[in-house]
Amino acid sequence: MDDVLSIAGETFGSRLIMGTGGAPSMRALEEALTASGTELTTVAMRRVDPSAQGSLLDVLRTCGIKVLPNTAGCFTAGEAVLTAKLAREALQTNWVKLEVIADERTLLPDPIELLDAAEQLVDAGFTVLPYTSDDPVLARRLEQVGCAAVMPLGSPIGSGLGIRNPHNIELIVEQATVPVVLDAGIGTASDAALAMELGCDAVLLATAVTRAQSPALMAAAMRHAVEAGRLARLAGRIPKRRYAQASSPWEGISG
Amino acid sequence: MSSEVPGPDVVIVGAGVIGLVTAWRAGLRGLSVTLVDPEPAAHASHVAAGMLTPVSELTYGEEPLLRLGLASRDRYPEFVSELEDVTGMTTGYRADGILQVAFDRDDLGFLEDLRRFQESLGVRTEALTGRECRRLEPLLAPSVRGGLLAPDDGSIDPRRLTAALLAAVGRVGGELVRERATELLVERDTAVGVRLANGDEVRAATVVLAAGPWVCGLGGLPPGVVPQVRPVKGQVLRLRARSGLRLRWCTRGVVRGSSVYLVPRADGEIVLGATQEELGFDTTVTAGGLWELLRDARELLPGITELEFTEVNAGLRPGSPDNAPMLGPTALPGLQLAAGHFRHGILLTPVTGDALAETLTTGVLPDVAKPFTPERFS
Repeated sequence: MDDVLSIAGETFGSRLIMGTGGAPSMRALEEALTASGTELTTVAMRRVDPSAQGSLLDVLRTCGIKVLPNTAGCFTAGEAVLTAKLAREALQTNWVKLEVIADERTLLPDPIELLDAAEQLVDAGFTVLPYTSDDPVLARRLEQVGCAAVMPLGSPIGSGLGIRNPHNIELIVEQATVPVVLDAGIGTASDAALAMELGCDAVLLATAVTRAQSPALMAAAMRHAVEAGRLARLAGRIPKRRYAQASSPWEGISG
Repeated sequence: MSSEVPGPDVVIVGAGVIGLVTAWRAGLRGLSVTLVDPEPAAHASHVAAGMLTPVSELTYGEEPLLRLGLASRDRYPEFVSELEDVTGMTTGYRADGILQVAFDRDDLGFLEDLRRFQESLGVRTEALTGRECRRLEPLLAPSVRGGLLAPDDGSIDPRRLTAALLAAVGRVGGELVRERATELLVERDTAVGVRLANGDEVRAATVVLAAGPWVCGLGGLPPGVVPQVRPVKGQVLRLRARSGLRLRWCTRGVVRGSSVYLVPRADGEIVLGATQEELGFDTTVTAGGLWELLRDARELLPGITELEFTEVNAGLRPGSPDNAPMLGPTALPGLQLAAGHFRHGILLTPVTGDALAETLTTGVLPDVAKPFTPERFS
């Protein structure tokens, strides 16, 4: 089946986008990324040295995974724009996962700074993938300023609380004309499958894998969950009913 | 024009705690040893807090490292008393337990999960309520939710330890050359020595690389022989307690998901650390790094702001691909490694010295060290 994820004209066979934060070791990370089958992985630009040997970026190069720099740790539009520009210079990519955080306790996005930064970066020629709250209005505004995807959260970063407002995610999916990536809050495989069943085009997760007891095993679980959820979405689920309906017909059965 | 010095049995590149212990233990076995380092014990060994915490720092996927850490921790009392006897110096060694505390409910959940994992591996820790934590350590904030006591973990002062090791190396006739090694000398597919920055060569039957994160930067290394070691920056503060405000326990804390530790010394010094940053060879001390450490430490110990601030440093932990050390022979004859100890260099000092002394004299790693052969990556 030729069902690829397409973002800003680039296609990916895998609908699982990985983050790297919290990995216990470089070797564990490499094993997890390989098991996940991901083709796109996000890296915090404020927390890596692009030239370092044996570093995270080295691992991604070895695995042949496209790097999506992110602006984690930025609290204002100005900081995020600057970080994106430094990332473009260091990594020779126009792509950026835009993250503008409101406070350290919740790590929720600051919607006003986010929209401001998105606008500036789109104008500067970036392919912008914003990490946003699960607000359908904000998602629409981000799309309107020219973002290449919208990435609503399921629940706060690293919380593993899953998708707290599936209805909003459905509303975002319904209206979006760019890919919707469920970003943040995934705790286990069923959360990732649910995101895909709700119609998201991809799932982005990190902690659920990197802090699992066995990261590589959980990465494989996520890979299967994303594939299963996608297939279920394409297949079309049955309507929910209040009462039973026998799966084999009664009619025509002779007594 | 290069001049040759008469060759020892072993030349060790790097005189941090790992190079020093290797030199001492090899010397005790009757090997002649030369250490090469422009600044002995000046990097990670100088910055490290010196926690001996294989149990408190247990991490999923690192079970083999726990075994090595426990072996080394259990070796410490005898190792220290031998070192202190030989040199007449003290090391600040303590083995009276580590208190690990949680700040909020999520942090307590993390410690509960850690305790289940520790128990599943048969290591002993004791769960404490917040009240019990404060009874042990009255300086703790009332908001501390609970904790774990690892009664057999401990700490040592790495600066005293390396000073004693340097003296002990002298006692066994080890030589220290204060120069930088620039190149490994390889002849007929065998390591035969190193060239120094001043052009001199030190030739030896065996070359041991113990240069931490700089181990891969040595010239002349055949490709693939030394697995990648990356620098992982850690910022560490040193404070000093005036009378009355003495921290009793070596305390680790989890504060809103991030880790912090405070290691008290007998003379009133408290070492507060540490950040963990993947920024290459950068050793800049940053406002943000210090702020995060002080913020978290203050949540656990409100009185910390009264202490005198004495020192701040950033060091580089040598991180191997799996965070475990690489000990013993490589694929290149004549070349051995004692590198990549990451966060556990001080803890693993005794076991590393023993393992390297054994493989340098017999060619065979002791059983406890066998899983840590550098060849596991090939």
